[in-house]
Amino acid sequence: MDWALYLHYGPSLASGFLVTLLCWFAGGAVGIVLGFVVAVLARLPSPPLRWLLRGYVEAVRGTPFLVQLYLLYDGGPAIGLRLEATQTGIVALGIYGSAYFAEIFRGGFNAVPRGQVEAASSLGMTPPAIMRRIRLPVMLVAIVPALTNMMIILSKETVVLSIITVPELMYQMQSMAAETFATFETILAMALLYWLMVELVARLGRSVERRVTAFMTGVA
Amino acid sequence: MKWSVIFDALPYLLEAAGTTLWVSLLGMALGQVLGATICIGRVAGGRTLARFGALYVSFFRGVPLLVLLLLVYYLLPFIGIDVPPLVAAIGALGMSSAAYVSEIFRGALYAVPRGQAEAAAALGFPATAIWRRILLPQALRISLPALINELILLLKASSLISVVGVAELTRTGHSFAAATYRQMEIYLTVACIYLIMNLALAAMGGLVERRLARG
Repeated sequence: MDWALYLHYGPSLASGFLVTLLCWFAGGAVGIVLGFVVAVLARLPSPPLRWLLRGYVEAVRGTPFLVQLYLLYDGGPAIGLRLEATQTGIVALGIYGSAYFAEIFRGGFNAVPRGQVEAASSLGMTPPAIMRRIRLPVMLVAIVPALTNMMIILSKETVVLSIITVPELMYQMQSMAAETFATFETILAMALLYWLMVELVARLGRSVERRVTAFMTGVA
Repeated sequence: MKWSVIFDALPYLLEAAGTTLWVSLLGMALGQVLGATICIGRVAGGRTLARFGALYVSFFRGVPLLVLLLLVYYLLPFIGIDVPPLVAAIGALGMSSAAYVSEIFRGALYAVPRGQAEAAAALGFPATAIWRRILLPQALRISLPALINELILLLKASSLISVVGVAELTRTGHSFAAATYRQMEIYLTVACIYLIMNLALAAMGGLVERRLARG
């Protein structure tokens, strides 16, 4: 293994890493926003809407990400949806994530103690104020671990985007492996890098969790 | 929409779905055995075993499955072992699943009230009997819903083994899509087959869960 190779391929690996980060953050943001909208709409008292959203969540959660990706990228043009690879990747990650995020938000809303909401309304708080000052903060604190977990899952799914030629890290690593024949070493480096990244994010998530729940445990 | 494409492809897709199912089941079986071993090593083994188990879980949960799959796929020839892609694929699925399964088992073991093991020890049960007759049966029962969930995740994850050339559902769908240029129809069919398999598994899981809840 010639370590100088990594220097030679440095720029393309760096740009791959940036594309990975872009897809991860943009896809995650789309997923969180879309998931929140789904979770809020599902709380409206309209059964047909609720069934529709339930169907959406089940369909997305019941099919593999790779199939969704193919459907969007290869099948999209048939219905006039033409996106380039990276855009497809972000949209697909967003849709995939939204179903899971919607479930996380749903669980979070259910975790808000009824008594707090009743107390707020008996104090004369308006429904929007209850949402903004009681439901949302309590829910957000409750879902921090689940959110971190889902973001980690999404970071690992970005690797799958290499299959539809999104020039992210895995894709660049594979072209490097193909050109240098140092396939095993390259993939091993990739595995170690992801391991490190996921551990870092998990640690970050735990420290955020400790911070936002400090008021409950009394330990800052 | 062109329905004839779907009808032409359907028999082949269903056959490939069978492959997806048994590959997932084999991966799950491997994951159970490995996962149970790791879990017991972590809970009942010494400090070294516990550390090794924790490292295993952290690594296999931290590395994306696609990377893991290629790692196994290229590692074996690298050290001079030549195996068919299918074996590498099942191995990677199983090793990855083991990390999650061991955590499921560990959680279930901790959910068995401590007092029961202590009571058994006080009654003079040998350690192996405590495990075999008290801890394991209850832990298995507690972990069943989570295990079925893991099987669903594995079934979806198995779509990735298409990249090493195993002719499972996603791969077969991909070939049909490329040959017919009817990607929308084919991939929607593939998605529906996955969905039906997963909903069936989830329904089975619900049934088992209700049955266990009844006692």
